[in-house]
Amino acid sequence: MTLQSLAVALINGLAGASSLFLVAAGLSLIFGVSRIVNFAHGSLYMIGIYLAYTLIERFGAGSGLGFWAGVASAALLSAVIGALIEVLVLRRVYRAPELFQLLATFAVALIVRDAVLWCWGPEDLFGPKAPGLKGAYEIFGARLPVYDLVLVVVGPTVLLALWWLLKRTRFGVLIRAATQDREMVAALGVSEAWLFTAVFALGSLLAGLGGALQIPREPANLGMDLTTIGEAFVVVVVGGMGSIPGAYLAALLIAEIKAICYAIGTVSIGEWSVSFSKLTLVVEFLVMALVLVLRPWGLLGKPTAEPRSASPPELPLSASTRPGRVAWIMLIAVLAAVPLAAGAFPYLPVLGIDILIAVLFAASLHFIMGPGGMHSFGHAAYFGLGAYGAALGLKTLGLPMLAALFCAPLLALAAAVLFGWFAVRLSGVYLAMLTLAFAQIVWALVFQWDEVTGGSNGMVGIWPSAWLASRSAYYLLTLALVVASVLVLRRILLSPFGYAMRAGRDSSLRAEALGIAVTRVRWAGFAVAGFFGGLAGALHAFAKGAISPETIGVNHSIDGLVMVLLGGIQTLAGPVVGAVAFTWLQDLIIRSTDYWRAVLGVTILVLVLAFPQGLAGALGPGIERLLKRLRTSGPTLIRDRPVA
Amino acid sequence: MSGAGPRAHPADNGALLQVSELSKSFGGVKALDAVSFDLAGGELLALIGPNGAGKSTCFNCINGQLRPDAGTVRLAGRDMTGCLPREIWRLGVGRTFQIAATWSSMTVAENLQLAILSHQGRLRHWWGQATDMARQPSLELLESVGLAGMADVPCATLAYGDIKRVELAMALSNQPRLLLMDEPTAGMAPRERNELVALVKRLVRERNIGVLFTEHSMDVVFAHADRIIVLARGQLIAAGSPDEVRADERVREAYFGTDGGTDIDTGVGTDVGTIVPPER
Repeated sequence: MTLQSLAVALINGLAGASSLFLVAAGLSLIFGVSRIVNFAHGSLYMIGIYLAYTLIERFGAGSGLGFWAGVASAALLSAVIGALIEVLVLRRVYRAPELFQLLATFAVALIVRDAVLWCWGPEDLFGPKAPGLKGAYEIFGARLPVYDLVLVVVGPTVLLALWWLLKRTRFGVLIRAATQDREMVAALGVSEAWLFTAVFALGSLLAGLGGALQIPREPANLGMDLTTIGEAFVVVVVGGMGSIPGAYLAALLIAEIKAICYAIGTVSIGEWSVSFSKLTLVVEFLVMALVLVLRPWGLLGKPTAEPRSASPPELPLSASTRPGRVAWIMLIAVLAAVPLAAGAFPYLPVLGIDILIAVLFAASLHFIMGPGGMHSFGHAAYFGLGAYGAALGLKTLGLPMLAALFCAPLLALAAAVLFGWFAVRLSGVYLAMLTLAFAQIVWALVFQWDEVTGGSNGMVGIWPSAWLASRSAYYLLTLALVVASVLVLRRILLSPFGYAMRAGRDSSLRAEALGIAVTRVRWAGFAVAGFFGGLAGALHAFAKGAISPETIGVNHSIDGLVMVLLGGIQTLAGPVVGAVAFTWLQDLIIRSTDYWRAVLGVTILVLVLAFPQGLAGALGPGIERLLKRLRTSGPTLIRDRPVA
Repeated sequence: MSGAGPRAHPADNGALLQVSELSKSFGGVKALDAVSFDLAGGELLALIGPNGAGKSTCFNCINGQLRPDAGTVRLAGRDMTGCLPREIWRLGVGRTFQIAATWSSMTVAENLQLAILSHQGRLRHWWGQATDMARQPSLELLESVGLAGMADVPCATLAYGDIKRVELAMALSNQPRLLLMDEPTAGMAPRERNELVALVKRLVRERNIGVLFTEHSMDVVFAHADRIIVLARGQLIAAGSPDEVRADERVREAYFGTDGGTDIDTGVGTDVGTIVPPER
């Protein structure tokens, strides 16, 4: 690479950094003030670009005025939509546990995606070029679009504007104060509701603007919400949650590294050729993993203050009662009898297999999320490694089917041991993001390693042995393995080790002071969850006969989160109930409407708003106690205490 | 009295806890400047000082939360400087926190059972049911802190005074030789305070446990401590019996400024919130 091409790459990087920064700055502002990790933020970016497409056409794409008026009104409309989302949905979940807020914003993202599909259709939309800025400069023999040079300026301009807003205006003082201590700001008589709505509108404006400005550069498409939110999360975490200059620094760092990777292209060292341009798929996640390991609060971030309003206390676990045990045994007996009905309902075992695999996936995630207190956003990595492990064992190594099935989870276990070592040292949002980063790295590896994994096509022909070939037989194998695994997970949770893991979550200070090596216990828990997630993946591979990188994707990790949260994170039956409800619901809706995401989103919203304890929490045997708890939440519970 | 002067200190005098020349700086600020003192088994030693005197730093250097820049901490002659909190616990040191820390998702008995299982090295058990293990000794511990009958109550529903007692029982679960108590009566009503400290005093006398505690409440300190050491601006400025400390000029100066016109025992004219007037 010459010096000239490096210079061109750096300028490209500056242009890329700008829109990344706009989205990330909005996300960071919103997180700083409301402590909500807003999954719907990428959706506002997507709304911005689609609105810009339509509005520019309406105002006249030929004139400079029409173009810029279109961009500006798209950004403003995004702000209005953002404010509406805050008022209608988020305002109702500020008191809910962090994860429920996340679930609510995810539901909003689903709904927005289908709303965009309904308004604009599924095709990619190519927007107009900016009038007067269509040409390109010739620099060092490379062509640089003029529009990109405009974008280079936009980032620092917005950074300066935000800096002025935050440092020099009363509104900015309130935002900074709320970022430091939200309760104190409320105690001083500032209307939280107004401030939150305003910050959401501002954040959405930035996201919408970031989207609208992209219209001459890339087509508007329906996948933008998730790719954008992924990138924005990375930028915000690398820069430090709540830090605007940090967001710019991180956006710059990541965009420049990406641009340089593109510029380098493929480099051959002896027999090996390394494709740096392919590396761009993971480079941001590699950067994030590195930063989080070295500086857990991001480049310019500070440790965030723990909010004083803690989630409601969890009830102690209880070993199963006799009636409970009888009920579970009866349920398993009914499930084992399902193949008898397969003649009349041939689809039943097929759906049953899907549901059972989802149950194991959710139970293994719950193991670390609930009792472990580690909110993994990348559990699909272990599921996917189990699936690919099974496929590779069968096809590449030529193992017998059962050997492949049982060896595959070991691959997931190994990955969980490796990634877990880093992840368990962090907590909260940072742990969530690091697990997400690891999952993305695994995804990119599988996606690009064509020779071994089949790349984007995945692998096919992964069928079980002849004696398991019928759906009913495979269903019974799945049932046996899933029931056994869930029981093992439950036993571990009730064992001294499981108690030690919960102790580390309840109070790590106390646990360390009583001789519990909290990090080591969390690490072991992470590995166990990885193993069982891998087993679920291996079962999945043989059930479908084919696998694709989608099994590792962000979407699949989020499916797991939704199952656990739907069922209720505080009970052991929660993930089981959640997985059944989610998988069955998804199957039902997908088959009946194209807009299944919106239906799913609305369902999740209703459930989140109606049952903040999750389904199992609301429907389980503890319902009366929980209702009482809701009525007398917090310290007033002392009144219920039996007198000693 | 041993350790009467801040710097005069023999190498090993057989005391339970020997702190010598302990120093710690944060940036340019010397939070702790060559502090030395001893503590004998069965003794209640109070560590007091005005806000910002270095009490917490001193405490955290001893309990392993912080690593001192210089100096040593010995438990019965054994050097434990720079050990992790959990290693210090294994050496026989129990701890309570300023804001009581228990495991809120478990019952009172489960809290103690887990603490005992940890002491017995049984946390690696991945199979048996934890609630069936170490039940009897945990009930005995609960009885000793006056919580018999509360075993199966969820910890999250306890009154704060009772949580403090659970925490004390947990701190005793490894049959410690030394108990470190950070503000043991913080957040409690005056009557509860004296009850709790009287309970601690009885338990440690029975078991010959040495106690080092920090405390804001002067009535508790002067009524119950066997000996008091006073920190100011990172240095040990006085050590001795309650009467000696009460009469010490430098202590008055540190607490009340140079005029020294007030009496530490009554707390008249002191900083409200730093020294609570005694109730007698």
